[in-house]
Amino acid sequence: MTALLEVKEITKKFSGVTALSNVNLSLEGGKVTALIGENGAGKSTLLKIMSGIYTDFEGQMLFKGQEIKFSRPKDAQEMGIGIIHQELNLIPYLTVAQNIFLGRELVNAFGFLEREKMINKTKALLTRLKLEVEPTALVGTLKVGQQQIVEIAKALLTESEVVFMDEPTSAIGESEVEVLFEIINKLKAEGKAIVYISHKLDELFALADDFVVLRDGKVVGQGGVSEISRAQLINMMAGREVKVVKKSTKNCTEEKVLEVKNLGLLNPENPQRPLLKDISFDLCKGEVLGVYGLMGAGRTELCESLFGLNHRKLTGSILLNGHKTGFKSPIEAIDAGMALVPEDRKKDGIVAGMSVSKNLSLTVIEKVSKFGFLSDALHTKLYDKHVASLKIKVHNEDQAIKNLSGGNQQKVILGKWIERNPTVLMLDEPTRGIDINAKNEIYELIARLSASGISILVISSEIPEILAISDRILVMSEGEITAEFSSEEATETNIMNACIPENMNQ
Amino acid sequence: MISLKKNFNIAQFQSLIALFVLCLALALLTDNFMTTDNFWNVMRQISVNVCISVGMTLVVLTAGIDLSVGSILAFCGAVTAGLLKNGLSIPSLNLFIGFTVLGAIVAGFLIGGGLGFVNGYAVTKFKVPPFVATLAMLTMARGFTMLWTKGHPITGLGDSFGFLGTGWFLGIPMPVWISGIVVITAVILTSKTRFGRYIYAIGGNENASRLSGIPINKVKIWVYSIAGLLAAVGGVLVTARLDSAQPNAGISYELDAIAAVVIGGTSLSGGRGTIWGTVLGAIIIGVLNNGLILMNVSPFWQQVIKGMVILLAVIIDKSNQKSE
Repeated sequence: MTALLEVKEITKKFSGVTALSNVNLSLEGGKVTALIGENGAGKSTLLKIMSGIYTDFEGQMLFKGQEIKFSRPKDAQEMGIGIIHQELNLIPYLTVAQNIFLGRELVNAFGFLEREKMINKTKALLTRLKLEVEPTALVGTLKVGQQQIVEIAKALLTESEVVFMDEPTSAIGESEVEVLFEIINKLKAEGKAIVYISHKLDELFALADDFVVLRDGKVVGQGGVSEISRAQLINMMAGREVKVVKKSTKNCTEEKVLEVKNLGLLNPENPQRPLLKDISFDLCKGEVLGVYGLMGAGRTELCESLFGLNHRKLTGSILLNGHKTGFKSPIEAIDAGMALVPEDRKKDGIVAGMSVSKNLSLTVIEKVSKFGFLSDALHTKLYDKHVASLKIKVHNEDQAIKNLSGGNQQKVILGKWIERNPTVLMLDEPTRGIDINAKNEIYELIARLSASGISILVISSEIPEILAISDRILVMSEGEITAEFSSEEATETNIMNACIPENMNQ
Repeated sequence: MISLKKNFNIAQFQSLIALFVLCLALALLTDNFMTTDNFWNVMRQISVNVCISVGMTLVVLTAGIDLSVGSILAFCGAVTAGLLKNGLSIPSLNLFIGFTVLGAIVAGFLIGGGLGFVNGYAVTKFKVPPFVATLAMLTMARGFTMLWTKGHPITGLGDSFGFLGTGWFLGIPMPVWISGIVVITAVILTSKTRFGRYIYAIGGNENASRLSGIPINKVKIWVYSIAGLLAAVGGVLVTARLDSAQPNAGISYELDAIAAVVIGGTSLSGGRGTIWGTVLGAIIIGVLNNGLILMNVSPFWQQVIKGMVILLAVIIDKSNQKSE
């Protein structure tokens, strides 16, 4: 049987960082292929290439044996490749039918919309998906789970031959999952090829025929699901030689710098499922505490809560150096000695159009001022100091930070916090999208900073990274801490096991 | 203290060339463009727009917009004129307060700053989009002006007040002195102070600025207050020049200010632009206006041409950004 869709030797780089390297994949009709891997392994990148979102890459793509080239997502759609995105791509102010037909509205000979026809088709689709909502209901009024089904209906409308599903169950309830599985099996019987991406391993075992494991942009294993065990799969996802940068035997007998007690964060959208629940831990002076969890585990919310961002929705207490804190804003948190390097560098970290030296001085503007006026000389001094000590690759201090590589941007952000000499430094995915050399430099820097007495909280979704740099590791899942390991106890397998949501873990 | 080189960017360089070409063309096409009289005439005419454009630049740099400056200008001019001429009497308290020139001006400035503060407060504390908040203020301040003036001009304000609009000092017209001081102060503020740096940072990336500990709301409230204050300065200049506060003064001035800001290369999405650029933008608009009048072009065509210049400026600016 020939493959429906085939990719050969696909390599994709983002400004020097390799996201995918020599990936081969072949999808057959009538089969469900599970695509798995850690966050950042390259799953989404691969998906975006195959659905025409990324058009510049090396390698070949074949559809029914014919080489194809997409220049935009619509090309892929017309070819018969449907995609159900992880994030909902619906417009809340339009109706279900309007959303489903968005961009491919039915019109009559005069160019007017054929409203009735679209509504009827939508009705048929929704019945097939067992979703009981009116085609004329506004999408914004639907529950998230229902919206997810609408998203699926959108992909089914085009009668795609290949359907990609990127974590389609992340937002829906159990009964809806069942419906979805039924649909998937039906599509399979119709001879369509389905690619299913999910973290939930038992879903994969229930659904998939084949599996492909991606790690660091490479295919590290593939085959039939029936021939592999859960443990083997976990090992494949995480397993790799780990170079230990630092293993300290430090016990938390020294002074506790940060004490978090029963911290909770309300979820305004769903009060039954708080974003953080009963989080308690200590952070000692000079300790590196790693926090591991999958996306949506509440890691970022934890950092933000400690940084004064969610103060109205918080319960529990946070003690810094033994004093109870109630930061109402980042300003107060920073004044008290907290620092945060955020997860999304572009959105929350850099001021893209500003120069490197201006970005560096953002947190310490008083240090580059003289008599209330900014001093060019002091800017230069600050810049020289950090460029040298952090080995930032940059042409000159006036270069806009957006023109630096991700690793160098991250070093600038680290620099602006180091200059404040914080008590607690929180690093949210500090090496995301950064090449391996810069990663290692950042690991060394973390070790150096902790040796100088700064307490560091590192969040990461890369197990080897967490293992390499942490003195102690917390694992989070669905807003709770599910395990704690000392650096001696921690292994990839037991971390992976602890992070998968409990109800999925039988 | 103010390093000119650093504050000029490519967009302004192009604006400078455009201005030069414009002046050259007008010098060739008309007899009286290149005269000292006309030079000061143009400078005096643009001084009001320069004042409010400077305020507008600060607001736009934070990725906001201020549509209320024209109305605030009218109200503050009217308040200053009214207090100066009639004083303030509160019959119920049997109270009458007379105002000196300085007192009346300060009162006008306070009102301008205060209305700007209200804009800033609405934008930051109630998260009203700047466009809407200042649109509301545009309407309210115009209403206040009508109430205060009862729809009639307030005239006959005395020579010492009129001096601010029509007088000369050391061979330079007073409005040019005043707008010059505004410009220099704003240049120092934006390029040499922490406040200025924060304005650029907030416009460049508000999230990153918040996480860096920058007091976003405070900075924005100040920026809108300053814009209101500078509109009041413009109001005093207009009133003093005409020796009369008109209830419908300043209508559509906000659009001229935005035009100056945009032609000067400031990005409407914030974070990028300079005061010098805006000054250049205001001069280009002023010279264009003056030149078209000297060439007897119909006022209807003047508007068409002005619109085209704005469009062209933005298109050029966009292509600059792309090639960056």
